[in-house]
Amino acid sequence: MKTHNRPLSPHLQIYKPQLTSVMSICHRATGVALVAGALLLVWWVIAAAVGPEVFDKVQKFLTSWLGILILFIFTCTLMYHLCNGIRHLFWDAGYGFRLEDVYKSGWITLSIAVLLTSITWIFVIILRTTVI
Amino acid sequence: MEYIKGGKHHWLMQRITAIVLVPFILWFVISVVSLTKMDYASARDWIGSTSVAITLISLIILSFYHAQLGLQVIVEDYVHTKSARLAILVLMKCALIFVVISAIFAVLKIALGR
Repeated sequence: MKTHNRPLSPHLQIYKPQLTSVMSICHRATGVALVAGALLLVWWVIAAAVGPEVFDKVQKFLTSWLGILILFIFTCTLMYHLCNGIRHLFWDAGYGFRLEDVYKSGWITLSIAVLLTSITWIFVIILRTTVI
Repeated sequence: MEYIKGGKHHWLMQRITAIVLVPFILWFVISVVSLTKMDYASARDWIGSTSVAITLISLIILSFYHAQLGLQVIVEDYVHTKSARLAILVLMKCALIFVVISAIFAVLKIALGR
């Protein structure tokens, strides 16, 4: 379809970001990012199947500061997509369409995602520092 | 392709995989966090145990199926040229199937080779 470069709605350059629209696009963005996360898991499993040298290289990368940063971002995106996905399922079932409810569920989603990410990493820190 | 076949099945499968993935994701996060030793031998012990291998393979199939459904919608939303859209969708599907098969093979190799 030829679009003749006509302006497309919404005009993101002049559109005021709102919790609702930002969370909506973040659901897509985190979805795409999680594909990379899933590939990371597959890479780790394949490395374990290939042999100790390859596995140790992967493990060394994952425990470097860059690897830990990637794993932390992976956890954040996973928890966000998980919580916001459940929010979407409530909408699919026909609940929570009033504007104030949409904002309320948005803030609840963000809070739970932050909480789950924090709990995960608190356990990582506790278990890693006490056992090893 | 969805725009030929109709989107009802796609919509339903995206929701079903989403719901089924919730317990799998929680299992995965809790398991990986609880893995106190992450060396080669213990990673293989974990992946290779029957229950973990089966759950892990299920998680991989479910998550990549869910991912392909989501990516497909994004491609259909942003790629407007029909031929390019078809090419990207087919390539993407093939690539994801290849990744899933490789991952399943890796898990089975560890689980059965012990």
